[in-house]
Amino acid sequence: MKRLAGTLLLVVAFGGMLLADNPLLINGAGATFPYPIYSKWFDEYHKANGTQINYQSVGSGAGIKQVTEGTVDFGASDGPMNDDQVKAYRAKNGIGILHFPTVLGAVVPTYNIAGVSGALNFTPEALSGIFLGRISKWNDPAIAAANKGVNLPGNDIVVIHRSDGSGTTYIWTDYLSKVNSDWKDKVGKGTSVNWPVGLGGKGNEGVTGLIKQTPNSIGYVELIYAAQNKVPYGSVKNAAGSMVKADLASVTEAAAAAAKTIPDDFRVSITNAPGKNAYPISSFTWLLIPEKFKDATKRDAMKGFLKWAITDGQGVVENLSYAKLPKEVVDKELKAISKVQ
Amino acid sequence: MGSRSFLSRLRNGDEIARLVTFLFAASVVLITVLLIYELWVGAALSRHKFGLVFFFTRVWDPIAEQFGALPFIYGTLVTAAVSLLLAVPLGIGAAIFLAELAPQKLSDPLQFFIDLLAAIPSVIYGLLGVFIVIPMMREWVQPALKNTLGFLPLFRGPVYGMGFLTAGIVLAIMVIPYIISVSREVLLSVPRDQREAALALGSTRWESTWKVVVPFAKTGIMGSIFLALARALGETMAVTMVIGNTPTISSSLFSPGYSIAAVIANEFTEATGDMHLSALIELGLVLFLLTFILNGLARLLMLLTTQRGSGMGHA
Repeated sequence: MKRLAGTLLLVVAFGGMLLADNPLLINGAGATFPYPIYSKWFDEYHKANGTQINYQSVGSGAGIKQVTEGTVDFGASDGPMNDDQVKAYRAKNGIGILHFPTVLGAVVPTYNIAGVSGALNFTPEALSGIFLGRISKWNDPAIAAANKGVNLPGNDIVVIHRSDGSGTTYIWTDYLSKVNSDWKDKVGKGTSVNWPVGLGGKGNEGVTGLIKQTPNSIGYVELIYAAQNKVPYGSVKNAAGSMVKADLASVTEAAAAAAKTIPDDFRVSITNAPGKNAYPISSFTWLLIPEKFKDATKRDAMKGFLKWAITDGQGVVENLSYAKLPKEVVDKELKAISKVQ
Repeated sequence: MGSRSFLSRLRNGDEIARLVTFLFAASVVLITVLLIYELWVGAALSRHKFGLVFFFTRVWDPIAEQFGALPFIYGTLVTAAVSLLLAVPLGIGAAIFLAELAPQKLSDPLQFFIDLLAAIPSVIYGLLGVFIVIPMMREWVQPALKNTLGFLPLFRGPVYGMGFLTAGIVLAIMVIPYIISVSREVLLSVPRDQREAALALGSTRWESTWKVVVPFAKTGIMGSIFLALARALGETMAVTMVIGNTPTISSSLFSPGYSIAAVIANEFTEATGDMHLSALIELGLVLFLLTFILNGLARLLMLLTTQRGSGMGHA
């Protein structure tokens, strides 16, 4: 018995050492939103190329922190790093950090109103008014005007938002900041904000659960979550003036419409994008990759993966309800990969 | 003792046992000190910027980097108070029944279920809250309270189903098993002589229980309440699922609120700003302090009441 235990211990120890010695082990950490597609990518890429990538979905904030501290090889975030964070990275590591968009997501308004079953239309004015607490009844003219023929009740609106810090909240508040200057001045954009009104639910499932339970409520969830769980959601009027119901095509369209103006570092928000069919509450999610790697094998493996992810990897994203990158962005990124040294 | 040399005591194992157990005991103190130190250092940024004002302001704005702990302290205290108000009489009553009045055949299986309840993970209690307690509160309990006791500021305002009261009730359900389990054990350990003496003096069964056994076990019962209080103050998952997660201070128990543990769990992972992170760590420090103060007060209270009493019950 003792011998067996000893042998087992040896096997485990050696096994561990072998794993630890694997030169192609890359560690990453960050956003939870793209975790399903990342883990699928890492798995497929590992099978095809033998490169093993570990990813901890610890949240965008923690991802930025860890890559800055240098405890992981790359980070991932649902919002681009701000100027202060980029500066802090350079100060700490002496090199720059590069942003690479990988897939796209969107956030949709979802609601539960007694007697209303069809999809509602929301104007930017209505959404920002509701979330600022200025529009407090469902039959307010600002909502009713865009929903002719729908019998909206005169009940109080119950606003539901995310209570946990989240990239979803970042995208939602980024959109509201762009369409309403009061929102921008009083609340702003971020993963957690000081909400003027409403109740908080934890995670997409918490928000959805609260909305289902609370009559006359409205909230926001990720498109992926709404699509996979058959949560009904409304259309939003975009910058071109058309009412768009979010789907994978209209989200990719938003990125394509914004592609011309994307800066070289890809740190860009594509909410309220121009383009007739663009869904206005869309966003990239990014991988954060250091400009220089000390270890050349690691660098090549990282670059190899990145190239694969934005080209061949895009083939599987729609199965998981993510929107793919438009061709213009992929081309631009392929050029940018050479910056990694 | 003095005649045996250190070496011989070492050889007999006494000294080794003493050293090893001392190290274990010391590690508890070490961990506590380390914890406070880490929280203190981590909160430096926020401590320097806000100082004592942190405790008294109610704005929590991660974008503008303005942080105040008051709504969270308020929420933590109110939910813990509501839960103890409900759980203490219920729990102690149940413990008295199980230990003193129920036949063993009933008492043992019931105790099994109570221990089971104590072992259920808090997220399950949260789900219970979301799917059962919240709809019940919204449809029945809160409207009924509003209609009957609506003249009190405690039961006013819009009814959402979630809020301080709901969180307090879910917490009460969670801490009752602790109170029952510990109190029952304590009551069972009261010497038989005490009961028999009371009965021999002509008291009824209930008089012997209420006037002799329960006072004898007071220290232990208080201990079970401390345990419940500690759990209620620090409970995170179940609270965040039912409290509404809105930093408000309201006299109404129907109002949604927020607790310290809940906001830390919610915002920590995605806190991108250093000041935000530091403020969350300082909230952790506040929770630590709160637990410390409340425990101290409870102990003081116990000391005062037992001195006034018969002086029994100290082990």
